[in-house]
Amino acid sequence: MQQDLVHAIKSNPKYHELVSKRSRFAWMMAILMLVIYYAFILTIAYDKPLLAAPLWAGATMTVGIPIGVAVILFAFALTGIYIQRANAVFDKLTREIKEEVL
Amino acid sequence: MSFWKRAFPTILLMLVTGSALAAGGDLGAVKKAAVNIPAIIMFLVFVAATLGITYWAAQRTKTAKDFYAAGGGITGFQNGLAIAGDYMSAASFLGISGLVFLNGYDGLIFSVGWLVGWPIIMFLIAEQLRNLGKYTYADVVSYRFERVPMRSLAATAALIVVILYLIGQMVGAGKLIQVLFGLDYVYAVVIVGVLIILYVTFGGMLATTWVQIIKAGLLLFGATIIAFGALYLASDGSMSPEKMFENAVKVHPKHGAIMGPGTLVSSPIESISLGLALMFGTAGLPHILMRFFTVGNAIEARKSVFYATGWIGYFYILTFLMGFGAIVLLTGNPEFADAAAVGGIKGGQNMAAVNLAAAVGGNVLLGFISAVAFATILAVVSGLTLAGASAISHDLYANVWAHGNVDEQQEVRVSKMATVVLGIIAILLGIAFEKQNIAYLVALTFSVAASANFPILLMSIYYGKMTTRGALIGGWLGLISATVLVIIGPTVWTEILKLGDPIFPLKYPALFSMSIAFLGIWIGSMLDGSERAKKEHEAFIAQDVRCQTGIGAEGSVSH
Repeated sequence: MQQDLVHAIKSNPKYHELVSKRSRFAWMMAILMLVIYYAFILTIAYDKPLLAAPLWAGATMTVGIPIGVAVILFAFALTGIYIQRANAVFDKLTREIKEEVL
Repeated sequence: MSFWKRAFPTILLMLVTGSALAAGGDLGAVKKAAVNIPAIIMFLVFVAATLGITYWAAQRTKTAKDFYAAGGGITGFQNGLAIAGDYMSAASFLGISGLVFLNGYDGLIFSVGWLVGWPIIMFLIAEQLRNLGKYTYADVVSYRFERVPMRSLAATAALIVVILYLIGQMVGAGKLIQVLFGLDYVYAVVIVGVLIILYVTFGGMLATTWVQIIKAGLLLFGATIIAFGALYLASDGSMSPEKMFENAVKVHPKHGAIMGPGTLVSSPIESISLGLALMFGTAGLPHILMRFFTVGNAIEARKSVFYATGWIGYFYILTFLMGFGAIVLLTGNPEFADAAAVGGIKGGQNMAAVNLAAAVGGNVLLGFISAVAFATILAVVSGLTLAGASAISHDLYANVWAHGNVDEQQEVRVSKMATVVLGIIAILLGIAFEKQNIAYLVALTFSVAASANFPILLMSIYYGKMTTRGALIGGWLGLISATVLVIIGPTVWTEILKLGDPIFPLKYPALFSMSIAFLGIWIGSMLDGSERAKKEHEAFIAQDVRCQTGIGAEGSVSH
């Protein structure tokens, strides 16, 4: 890419808006996923009886099963949320930057 | 090209009749199943269809971009299925359902770890990778750095991961086919090797992707039928998971213990380290990363991860249902019993899903799922071979050896030669490792991928102060430490080499080897005061602009 184009984009305020919004959101989502996953796996390491407890009195189903499935569903939901925001906010900003500098 | 056009139908015919003959002959050896006719017919249909696709793809594969990246014309939805297909290997299909069959809840822990890497790939890597790279992830890690040493590092790490993964797939393939089709181990391994050489050399990434998509569809379809059929039968027709769990607890030797976490995760350090390897190992697998270059732009790359995560998550829930269904329907069932095998069923725990197919849908479903399992191996091995061949031709040959001055057609030719060589190596490794314990391979592959490939990839995207020296120090340290720690760890040191207590206590060393890699990159870059380092800092600005906006990215519209 030519130097002047790089500078034009760099000095565009929308570029800074895009970079700061996206980085903040992406890292926040990544950290959220890590926190959920490690909460799950550290519960397994520290407190197995909690997950092995029956979901209701007399049930064979344990608390751990819906929690495990929920982590899987949550991971998928997070990717959906990211896509929504990327489509609505990040792609729009990117388009505007391109229109202004190219 | 015209020679191949004429030769292709002949090879196809030879192969189809050849494998049918091979399947019919030599049934004397022990441990092989009787010839399964529906399985062989369905498998031959699959082979014929995929070779047809390869022929179609070969007509459309002309440039280097076609060969490595399917011309960039794969959609996000298609790529999502292909990525899911790469991930739903025979090892995860049979292995996880087998683990659930044997230990219950613990099987779910692996699934969750393997899945949660995907959102992180989407948030931090997918779009950036697409915006910066061309054909391989080494394009990204050498973007603003010294070409020769960075490509050499990235290609070496990629080849190590590919070859380790290949050994596991080939040995698994041989054994699986032996059990399912009653085919001799060596025949099985050779058929896999020959077919993948055909797919990849003729059809390149386009054929590899479509073989993967078709297989992913078949596997999801088959697994859905088995899982819900098993749920129906195992819950006495009520479709209630609670009823199935009740029945499972009654018959499983461990009873109620299968409903909660068992011995898989014990110490917190072990669990953190295992989690890191499972999550970030995925983000360092070259055949997965390569798929992000087959879509048109960053938006499609992002979409691919969304679909892939959905399919993989659904698939893992199915394997969990299958494992519990197998506990209820196979335990104590004389038709599937084999007291000598692990878990007391024919073929051992890893055949739980296959036996379950027979219990749910008889010989036809058994045949279908056997054919799909074989197809799965073919598709995954094709993707791996293509990734390995690209590391050799695009990174080592074109960029390291020829310094970028190479004719595109020549590069593709080298890639095809590399494919043939890798296919032969895969066959030889499959034969050499037939009787070896390959359990350590998963730990090693994911640890190396998470410790060598992933840190340099992540840091080259986000760390503007990284320099060539820092990346090389961190990358090599990650690669070496992961390998050494797996060797002196419990799996290799104690179980395989039988040298007594392990020197390093963890099976998955990722927590330590990844830390070493990141520290190496950081310290090495900080202490690098060379002129080259200054230029590399400056080059980050332009790289970051392209990474963030996609302007100048491969295949983007230029003005």
